[in-house]
Amino acid sequence: MSTLEQFRQQTRAWLEANCPDSQRQPIVKEEQIWGGRRRTFPSADAKLWFERMRDRGWTAPEWPSEYGGGGLNPEQAQILQEEMQALGCRPPLYEIGLWMFGPALLKFGTEAQKAEHIPKIVRGEIRWSQGYSEPAAGSDLAGLKTRAEDKGDHFLVNGTKIWTTQADKADWIFCLVRTDPNAPKQEGISFLLIDMETRGVSTSPIQLISGESEFCQTFFDDVVVPKENLVGEFNQGWTVAKELLKHERKLMSIMGAMAEREEEDLRHLAKRYIGVDEQGKIRDPILRDRVTRHLMQSGADALTNKRLYQLLEQGQAEPNLPLIMKYVSTTEVQRKDELLLAILGNRGLSWHDDEFSDGEKRTVQNWAYNKAHTIAGGTSEIQLNIIAKRVLQLPG
Amino acid sequence: MNMILNEEQRLLKETAHGFLQSHAPVAAMRKLRDDRDTLGYSAELWRQLVELGIASIVLPEEYGGLDFGFLGLGAVLEEMGRNLTASPLFSSVVLGASALELGGSEQQRQEIFPQLVEGKLSLALAIDEQQHHQPLATAVKLQIEGDALRITGSKVFVQDGHSADKLLVVTRSSGKPGDRQGISLVLVDRETAGIEVTRTHMMDGRNAAKITFNDVEITPEQLVGPINQGMDILQPVLDRGAICMAAEMLGGIQEVFDRTIEYLKEREQFDVKIGSFQALQHRAAIMYCKIEQCRSAVLDALAALDNHSTDVSLKASQAKALVNDCYILVSNEAVQMHGGMGITDELDIGLYLKRARVSVQIMGDSLYHRDRYASLLGY
Ligand SMILES: Cc1cc2nc3c(=O)[nH]c(=O)nc-3n(C[C@H](O)[C@H](O)[C@H](O)COP(=O)(O)OP(=O)(O)OC[C@H]3O[C@@H](n4cnc5c(N)ncnc54)[C@H](O)[C@@H]3O)c2cc1C
Repeated sequence: MSTLEQFRQQTRAWLEANCPDSQRQPIVKEEQIWGGRRRTFPSADAKLWFERMRDRGWTAPEWPSEYGGGGLNPEQAQILQEEMQALGCRPPLYEIGLWMFGPALLKFGTEAQKAEHIPKIVRGEIRWSQGYSEPAAGSDLAGLKTRAEDKGDHFLVNGTKIWTTQADKADWIFCLVRTDPNAPKQEGISFLLIDMETRGVSTSPIQLISGESEFCQTFFDDVVVPKENLVGEFNQGWTVAKELLKHERKLMSIMGAMAEREEEDLRHLAKRYIGVDEQGKIRDPILRDRVTRHLMQSGADALTNKRLYQLLEQGQAEPNLPLIMKYVSTTEVQRKDELLLAILGNRGLSWHDDEFSDGEKRTVQNWAYNKAHTIAGGTSEIQLNIIAKRVLQLPG
Repeated sequence: MNMILNEEQRLLKETAHGFLQSHAPVAAMRKLRDDRDTLGYSAELWRQLVELGIASIVLPEEYGGLDFGFLGLGAVLEEMGRNLTASPLFSSVVLGASALELGGSEQQRQEIFPQLVEGKLSLALAIDEQQHHQPLATAVKLQIEGDALRITGSKVFVQDGHSADKLLVVTRSSGKPGDRQGISLVLVDRETAGIEVTRTHMMDGRNAAKITFNDVEITPEQLVGPINQGMDILQPVLDRGAICMAAEMLGGIQEVFDRTIEYLKEREQFDVKIGSFQALQHRAAIMYCKIEQCRSAVLDALAALDNHSTDVSLKASQAKALVNDCYILVSNEAVQMHGGMGITDELDIGLYLKRARVSVQIMGDSLYHRDRYASLLGY
């Protein structure tokens, strides 16, 4: 037996023995476990499952074991993921630090920074927030103005960040700040880590069209930040920012792909809400065709993801394919959401009223929430700009 | 399913690429069209392709084939699509040989496969009867009285039907059009008494034929597979056809897209390259995304054939429907982005535009395939 096959069998056995039944059910948003000083667990099982995975470093399977990670190679990590999927195991931890910040810090952080921050992310002890966008700097991120002045033994930060996801629940925030106002846009930016408990940091939640308010505006008022919290070179924060964005877009395309699959089977919903003819076909042929278009399209997205993975696995570099995934999967999610609303008719118009079933309400709320997918992490238009310039090498 | 070509398959693709570029560029296709060539393809080129083993790629080894698989064949078809290469590969090997491989008698295979491998014989599949591909609608009659079988009726849009030596004819031996039961497949010489073949010049410069059967008498030995059960053989044949046609189309899409991107980098208006206009950039980027999605669907479907997957039909419909729509989009955008030049015959773009429309109809348009996909999944 190959060592990988052995690893698969051991992993499966361990998961079967250690993942409580209740943690093998599809996850609902309310039961996701987010890290942080104020973390809570929805159940004793959830806590147990989290702790068992944490202790193996499998909350961050591919991170080095010296920082508490799982130390798995990519093939092993893939196997772990496949086995978790096969058993339906819930992800043990949700964390921006895990998905985006950690990988960038591992690449650009100093030894002391990694030793300080990485284990706490793996162990779900600190929750991170992302401070990139500003009211006047969105797609044109490099136009950001939040200032960090060098005061000798510390930085003094003033300004505001917006769309900071869950900043009111976060313990720390990583920020892009302007450290040289006179340099060309991208060259005067630094990457700073700020403890949310520092004096002068405050947040104010923003209500969204989905009724949730997971965003904040975050304000920095004469905030004193120690020098050792600078990641990467002074004025070279853009390099770190770009590395992090790569992980963010990958995450967005994975989330998109998940949302594409998540729904209660579209076909059955359509049959139920639209009705069927004597042959069992969805009664409305146009709607039936739209369902098929979606299934084919999201099928092709999933296959493209798979092809990308197979290429990487065989060591064939494919720099272009990842660049399309965010655009295609997030676009298709929204097409699916619109289709679901068309299927539900007037049953898809509320998430407040008890008259509607949980499934109906969730569908509508997702429809509103998923509008964010084509905006967050670089809008669709920005993705198309990138494809045009980097892949197709079009001028200008 | 593994969607990545292995070393051998990549080599085959490169060989086909190099060979076709030098021996069968688009100019060759143009000449065939302008000369109204009687055969519709270059016999010399086909001989060379046969020598390279192209005709034997998917044929079983026991009959002299290479048994190299559909991912390999798909790679060659893609290169042919790039160059708009006309050849009997699709009609004769993908459709014809598949029918015999899946349903033919030992005797039929013994007789025909070695000749196919050597390029001495060609086949065509006569299936469509109306405006649209609709296999179950088959009405051409097969009358059976003891050992005497007779075919009556007309077929249209038979790819390479005017030049093939033998025809595989989809007939109705019982039931009524629309029924799955009652379809039978027969093999006849094109020159049999009572068969009337009229060549149709298609807008892509290739050939199809209208074939009328006037009470054509055949023997029970000419049946391919059991009587009335023809759909069981035909279904996998048509799946192979749809997938391979999609592979060819993918090549055409890629080529016409590449040429358009080149033009965007070259052509200047308002003192800048037109490729710097964001309106065009975004449309180009969207096409790129769709092409890559099609590539995944096609490779996956080819791999499914090689793996004898149970869901080949679904994958075939998915690939063909996506590729159909993509080829129409990309060829239209190619014309538009070339401006006035795009609608001249001098430029090759128009040739792709036309091939797109013809190949969309071969083995079923998108409506057909989406309907089939939905029916297969029971909704
Ligand atoms: C769910 C979600 C979570 C987020 N989380 C965070 C977070 O945690 N931290 C954080 O810092 N930010 C976060 N953001 C912010 C996000 O990064 C920005 O919203 C995004 O970059 C777009 O910026 P903007 O909102 O200012 O829109 P704008 O940049 O003002 O864009 C407005 C419109 O103009 C278009 N546009 C802009 N520039 C171009 C161009 N060059 N070419 C063509 N069209 C263009 C855009 O595509 C868009 O359609 C989040 C956003 C969402 C939706």
